[in-house]
Amino acid sequence: MFYIHCPYCQEHREEEEFHPRGEAHLMRPTDPDNATDEEWGDYLFFRQNPRGIHHELWVHSVGCRKFFNITRNTVTYEILETYRMGEQPSITAETEKLRKEQGVQTADGGWQTIGAQPDSRALNEETSS
Amino acid sequence: MTQTHRINAGGHVDRSQTLEFTFNGQRYQGFKGDTLASALLANGVDIVNRSFKYSRARGIVAAGAEEPNAVVQLGAREETQVPNVRATQQALYKGLVARSTNGWPNVQRDVMSWVGRLGGGFMPPGFYYKTFMAPASMWMTYEKYIRKGAGLGRAPHESDPDIYDHMHHHCDVMVVGAGPAGLAAALSAARAGARVILCDEQEEMGGSLLDSRETLDGVLAARWVEASVKELASLENVTLLPRTTANGYHDHNFVTLHERRTEHLADTASEAGFAGQARARLHRVRAGTVILASGTHERPLVYANNDLPGNMLAGAVSTYIRRYAVVPGKKLVLSPSNDHAYRAALDWKEAGREVIAIVDARANPDGDLVRQARDSGIRVITGSAVVEARGGQRVTGARVCAIDLERFVVTGKTEELECDTIASSGGYSPVVHLSSHTGTRPQWNEELLCFLPGEVKGMISAGGVAGHFGLDETLADGERAGRQAAKATGFENAQAITLPATRARRDGKACALYQVPHEKTALRAPKQFVDLQNDVTAAGIELATREGFESIEHVKRYTALGFGTDQGKLGNINGMAIAARCLDRSIPDVGTTVFRPNYTPITFGAIVGRHCGELFDPKRYTALHQWHMENGAEFEDVGQWKRPWYFPKKRRDNGQERMETMHEAVARECLAVREKVGILDASTLGKIDIQGPDAREFLGRVYTNKWAQLAPGRVRYGLMCKDDGMLMDDGTTSCLADNHFLMTTTTGGAAGVLEWLELWHQTEWPELQVYFNSVTDHWATMTVTGPDARKLLSELTDLDLDKESFKFMDWRDATVADVPARIFRISFTGELAFEINVQANYALHVWKKLFEHGEKYDLTPYGTETMHVLRAEKGLIIVGQDTDGSVTPEDLGMQWAIGYDKPFPWIGKRALSRPDTLRGDRKQFVGLKPKDPSVVLEEGAQIVFDKEQSIPMDMKGHVTSSYYSPSLGHGFALAVVVEGRDRMGQTVYLPMADGTVHEAEIVSPVFIDPKGERQNV
Repeated sequence: MFYIHCPYCQEHREEEEFHPRGEAHLMRPTDPDNATDEEWGDYLFFRQNPRGIHHELWVHSVGCRKFFNITRNTVTYEILETYRMGEQPSITAETEKLRKEQGVQTADGGWQTIGAQPDSRALNEETSS
Repeated sequence: MTQTHRINAGGHVDRSQTLEFTFNGQRYQGFKGDTLASALLANGVDIVNRSFKYSRARGIVAAGAEEPNAVVQLGAREETQVPNVRATQQALYKGLVARSTNGWPNVQRDVMSWVGRLGGGFMPPGFYYKTFMAPASMWMTYEKYIRKGAGLGRAPHESDPDIYDHMHHHCDVMVVGAGPAGLAAALSAARAGARVILCDEQEEMGGSLLDSRETLDGVLAARWVEASVKELASLENVTLLPRTTANGYHDHNFVTLHERRTEHLADTASEAGFAGQARARLHRVRAGTVILASGTHERPLVYANNDLPGNMLAGAVSTYIRRYAVVPGKKLVLSPSNDHAYRAALDWKEAGREVIAIVDARANPDGDLVRQARDSGIRVITGSAVVEARGGQRVTGARVCAIDLERFVVTGKTEELECDTIASSGGYSPVVHLSSHTGTRPQWNEELLCFLPGEVKGMISAGGVAGHFGLDETLADGERAGRQAAKATGFENAQAITLPATRARRDGKACALYQVPHEKTALRAPKQFVDLQNDVTAAGIELATREGFESIEHVKRYTALGFGTDQGKLGNINGMAIAARCLDRSIPDVGTTVFRPNYTPITFGAIVGRHCGELFDPKRYTALHQWHMENGAEFEDVGQWKRPWYFPKKRRDNGQERMETMHEAVARECLAVREKVGILDASTLGKIDIQGPDAREFLGRVYTNKWAQLAPGRVRYGLMCKDDGMLMDDGTTSCLADNHFLMTTTTGGAAGVLEWLELWHQTEWPELQVYFNSVTDHWATMTVTGPDARKLLSELTDLDLDKESFKFMDWRDATVADVPARIFRISFTGELAFEINVQANYALHVWKKLFEHGEKYDLTPYGTETMHVLRAEKGLIIVGQDTDGSVTPEDLGMQWAIGYDKPFPWIGKRALSRPDTLRGDRKQFVGLKPKDPSVVLEEGAQIVFDKEQSIPMDMKGHVTSSYYSPSLGHGFALAVVVEGRDRMGQTVYLPMADGTVHEAEIVSPVFIDPKGERQNV
């Protein structure tokens, strides 16, 4: 069970109050009428489902009813950050890869983002690729 | 003869309180403070179970959660049965009744043991599948008996009389385990001011200190435990939870604890003197820092016949002697790989029994305890081990041999030692289970010869589980962990606390020994058990590796190593070591399997808590529920709502009074609406209040049809699609004012639609000024419908119901029975209809007034079943019944509700021109008229065009709704059929499971009043 910081309520609340709505930052084509079938199909059906850093849309459904985004590691289940609609994540697969290349410890979202850490090197490398 | 194995002094048992109990039908006595296991041992009960697969006699091996054999069925009555209880963890109470889980007809004479001989003495992994494979159809029959023979405990057949609670906590420091490390950690964190929860699975806190030979500050360690627990209990920031197992460690430092509150006293809470209180609690703890102080489990050695009753863990022998004053035998042979296990021999000898020999696998053991044993005159045989236990129903001897660990062979002469107990110790495995629950893998430590917990953010492991085996180290490590945890959770000023002084002891180095070599190969030697609970042998693991299972995860699944309620507590490391040897790899290279929650079994009662019976799921009632109850309604669940299904009346048949059947009631209700007037409680419809300058624009984007021109006072039906073009909900929306609308949704879709509107507003069009709120419960909705509806309502309202000034699809503010109301001219029946909305608290008053005035019109209440029939006769869809997420508005023939030329690309529009939605052979919504008027087709029945086709037939559609129509006098159905609208008048076939084939004609889905004249009067 996750412990989620709602960026609107500014509080940590139990996962039971929230509802996941899938991948974040999906772009609805701005001109649907002139979008190709392929573009529209990509928007409707195709998702990243990455192993590692993932940006997700959640809603504080029995709280403030606000939608917001979560950056989560799908391997360790760590929540690295939560941010409001319209904001961009500060942690992405790219920033993590860069940090790792520079030998910096990977993202640490604070004490609430507790979860297992991948122990084997292979797992970490796969995560960032 | 009672308690033959009890010694007269020592232990934590209260000899003044004798407790009677029953095991396998036999009565015994024990003392207060005993566990069921210690009481059985005190009475000299050797065989406590039959093994799972081979039906071999099994005795008690351990003294705690790791016990693999003494798994019992507890409970004196059917409703108090609890399966899979470890006798080692069950406190003895007066009148306790327990049975062996396995063994039929009883554990002494077991019928199933013949099965063990079928496989020629060795049942390889997969034995049952390989042996009973033909004919395949018989497997289900075999399996039934095999499972009965194996037996894994059974659930009670009657309701549990007890109640259970869930509790929720937040704390700074959660300490798991109250042994030396856990107590020291709790003390240092608590003194720093942190909110601490300390849980321990045993009857008493203290862990290994309870049976320790060591002193703290010069007195027995148990004294320090007492003082520490007392101090912790006095602190307001500390919650002590004894008899509480940390069963699961989940994401983000969420720990689940299983607290047993009365199970140590009696079968039920009320018998324990706690009537009305919870028998057990499930605590859900969100912790700042978790201190894992779960200690270690001793590893048994794997040697031939190591499962005979009388083979025990060395540490368990010490525990039984020192804590329970029970010596589990007369003559002991100890087979250790380390110094610590020597305690068993010293305790045994001090209890006045004979130690035959200590057979140490090491060539030159020289620690303090070794010296102590030698000084006390115990024979120590070095460089050797017990290679085989002798005996039938109980150990009668041990065969001892010199062994070469490097080459894994026995060397030198065999010596036979006469004994009735063999205690072994292959070292200590940190209890890493909880850390593994989080997904992290344990790390092998070659120095300590064990797995240590992997890294978990927010967790500190302390003491034995962290690889600190000496008492001084353990205490210091716990103290450090407590301080560190306090600091991490905001108590920066945490100070080091003074720890009690330990007596220095020097331990020699342990050797790595898991399986003891034998003269014969594992396959030919007597069975060498690795996992006693799942009957996994060394030979089984060898065979698995030979058959190509190289991954330990596969070996586990092939052999069942570490399965079930045991979760590999004793066997896993030995199993991995054997696999590693067979594969010629190192233990860390072979890797470890994943331990999963729960650490020990937890009852369903505790998992469920209060969420059962009435409180299983919330129930929602309309404001008129009481009236429905009083008027004999049968109810139907719609989501969480309780809706009247139909209102059966009494009727007379041949002078006999009886209640109407559902069919009769629905027919009566339908005709009342079509011929006179009926009334429906429609309060459960979802209602969303929408306001803001951009409300109208927003509606135009989320509905398929047009909203730009809808004037205040008017109502419109709308279809809502997802962006894939599939229908998701429908309902009417009324324009209350230019920037104020009231949307209705389906009963089941209300919450989802509100979230859907918020989703689009917040993520796609935040620039629109529009606000949504649910008002479902605020308004009660009463539908008055039928030819006499206007006459009835006009008696109660100040509104002119004239058909010119108050047209179909108009709404007006008015009063009804002197109550402010909104009246909507909407029809879901096809008849003249008025939907009256009043503030919910006034609903009953208005409803009753309508019945007062309605009597002369024969006003008939109707329920959801009649509502369904009436709407289906009109071909009106119900989203979720006639649609399934793969149906577009065009499939439904509702092109009239699609605003193709609306300026904004509304949700679902683009998808209507995708190749798949343009397909010519899509299923279309039609009516079906069965050829036989008495037939009511089955909902969900498949439709075929060619009834002669052989199976598999081409399924061309299915029935979505089907009823008997009292107005039409025949059955009718709604369906989706491939190219249905082009097939009007054609005959289709519906083959049923029983072989009959129904015939039906494709017709328009509108069966009554196709021009819609009746609702417009």
